[in-house]
Amino acid sequence: MIKAKINNVDVEVPEGTSILWAARKANFTIPTLCSHPDLVPGGQCGICVVEIEGIPGLKRACMTPLGEGWKVHTHTARLMEIRRQLVELILSYHDTDCLTCIKNNNCELQALAATLGINTVEWHSLEERLPIDRSSAAIVRDPNKCILCGRCTQVCSNMQTVNALAVNHRGYSTVITAAFDMGLGNSVCINCGQCVVHCPVGALYENSHIEKVWDAIHDPDKFVVVQEAPAVRVMLGEEFGMEPGTLVTGKMYAALRRIGFDAVLDTNFSADLTIIEEGTELVSRLKTGKNLPLITSCSPGWIKFMETFFHDMIPHMSTAKSPQQMFGALAKTYFAEQRGIAPEKIVSVSIMPCTAKKFECQRPEMRASGFQDVDFVLTTREIGRMLREAGIDLNEMPDEKADSLLGEYTGAATIFGTTGGVMEAALRSAYFLVAGRELESIDIAPVRGLKGIKEAEIDIDGLKVKVAVAHSGGQARRLMEKVQDQLRNEGKSEYHFIEVMACPGGCVGGGGQSWGSNMAKRARRGESLYAEDRSLQHRRSHENPSIKVLYEKFLGKPNSEKSHTLLHTHYYKRSTVDGDIIAEQ
Amino acid sequence: MVTENQCSCEQAQEEELYGKLQEVIKEHKGKPKELIMALHKAQNLFGYLPRKVQEMVAEGLNVSLSEVYGVITFYNFFSTAPQGRNNVKVCLGTACYVRGGQALLKKAEKELGIKADETTEDRRYSLGIVRCIGACGLAPAMLINDDVYGRVKTTKMMEIIKKYE
Repeated sequence: MIKAKINNVDVEVPEGTSILWAARKANFTIPTLCSHPDLVPGGQCGICVVEIEGIPGLKRACMTPLGEGWKVHTHTARLMEIRRQLVELILSYHDTDCLTCIKNNNCELQALAATLGINTVEWHSLEERLPIDRSSAAIVRDPNKCILCGRCTQVCSNMQTVNALAVNHRGYSTVITAAFDMGLGNSVCINCGQCVVHCPVGALYENSHIEKVWDAIHDPDKFVVVQEAPAVRVMLGEEFGMEPGTLVTGKMYAALRRIGFDAVLDTNFSADLTIIEEGTELVSRLKTGKNLPLITSCSPGWIKFMETFFHDMIPHMSTAKSPQQMFGALAKTYFAEQRGIAPEKIVSVSIMPCTAKKFECQRPEMRASGFQDVDFVLTTREIGRMLREAGIDLNEMPDEKADSLLGEYTGAATIFGTTGGVMEAALRSAYFLVAGRELESIDIAPVRGLKGIKEAEIDIDGLKVKVAVAHSGGQARRLMEKVQDQLRNEGKSEYHFIEVMACPGGCVGGGGQSWGSNMAKRARRGESLYAEDRSLQHRRSHENPSIKVLYEKFLGKPNSEKSHTLLHTHYYKRSTVDGDIIAEQ
Repeated sequence: MVTENQCSCEQAQEEELYGKLQEVIKEHKGKPKELIMALHKAQNLFGYLPRKVQEMVAEGLNVSLSEVYGVITFYNFFSTAPQGRNNVKVCLGTACYVRGGQALLKKAEKELGIKADETTEDRRYSLGIVRCIGACGLAPAMLINDDVYGRVKTTKMMEIIKKYE
């Protein structure tokens, strides 16, 4: 333990604790801008500088571990003046049109300027505004808002190992862009949106579909159906000041009905369907031994990552579409048929914790119904904004139920929203499909939680099924490299089934979550999903009564020809230069 | 016929250059830390770093393309556009700046019809800016290829430049 004084207050912290965190223990908040609890401090902004008696110069609190016996000062007149000047310099080249900024009221720079009491900016930039990058289906980048803190490049290269964004040019011309300044839409960007959720200002945000969805809702000729991803129900409450992880399923249905969606359905229904299709696929691959390990395909960020960096794994991918796209294909076929609505009148909207889903719904192959299966994707933040625009407070909503046909779900579906959930849900059903009886202990603990790559072995009637779970591009890369090595050297992998999610924590940590998120919040959302799973009557996808009806009335049986047409897909090989499709597989 | 000959000749030359580039890449294969060295050699071959060269270096050294591009745009030395036969550099270091370097640059831009960091269509000249070449006593200074010119006047400037074919 290290003993020291911060502003004359005694503190004792474990060795290696930065001055920044030590000061918080002494109840002093050192202002920061580039620092983020989940990232390695880079010291780019310099706002957190402190003085240490006997040590010349200023030290950055985020990067300096507290030393024994140090006397640290965090808020001297000199430091406060320096911080003000630093922020004024940032503001001098920052586009300070705050009222119309996407991050208005959620901006860390805005909050910092308020905290430091900045009321004038004496310098003004002579630089012209740079063009806003709108080339991507998922993510918009506004370089005029960027403060070059480096959080986005750190998550893109270290956490996700995608390396789409980098610092280019230098000095006053420094700008963060994709290679050749070609725009994110012409890069290897996987649309995961981790850069978006880590950006302290309004330089990165989703390509919004809000206006198009309002237009559809207000068009009397359109029938607007809405689906909500598993993770959204433990995230949306935060948009209305609730504790992270508050489960708001019923309130969410009520709110969506009130803003004018014609049918309020649920992605959880199609998550159950995904399990039936993917579980059947797993069972058949286990029987034939071909193309093992089977790898999950729910995460569109992961799909583009695989297509770009690991396209030799395409034969191992589950051909099952993601729940969003299964829902989309059924909304304009089965649902339209059963409800007697012309499919061309249906506008299909999804609410996702994800930015990559915006890219996924526009993929050219996602038109199984004869129309674009999912028309618009809203992030959790966007639906929060729409509800506020419509004067609806989620806190005041009653608990309602989803509409029938595509609304019922089991506990297995709801845990899709957190890392390990798809794996656990699939094993619950695969066990039943192989063994003909239910898994004794329904909770599969080793695949839960936020630690790195998770592994488990399940004994299904003597067949030992080894599984692995990765969440984040970086972990996916490590796991895939291991599998590639095993396939190359031994002809087969030790794993039978692998779940990959592109975002740390799974969907509860997606690029469409509320601003100001961190790993602690992601963990609480995940726990909340497991709690909902425990509370539900049915906890295995194959027990979902509406799914049984769907197969009886419409699809026939799992992996049938009709299932394949509507619910399964194929993948492409993509260029590591610009992410473009090279050749169809 | 002449054009065809030229065409195939240029193609052959390019193929030869890419062959040499492959050798450079082989030397540094899988060594991300040697990126700058490899780019340096590549630029010596091509005179600049076209996009295809950047892509090949990135793949060969196992470095992301965005990192390669970041390095190239950071260092003044690297160029992503073809260079002219003659490199005209106007010094804008402090001494040259106060003694009229900016006026020299403007004059050169006007006369050559290009901006700084650009190359004339006939590839005769590339125009650039340097920040001090240690000839402050001769301010304002100009550099053409390896030749230094001091106390350059805007009226005499083009005479000097035109000597270079």
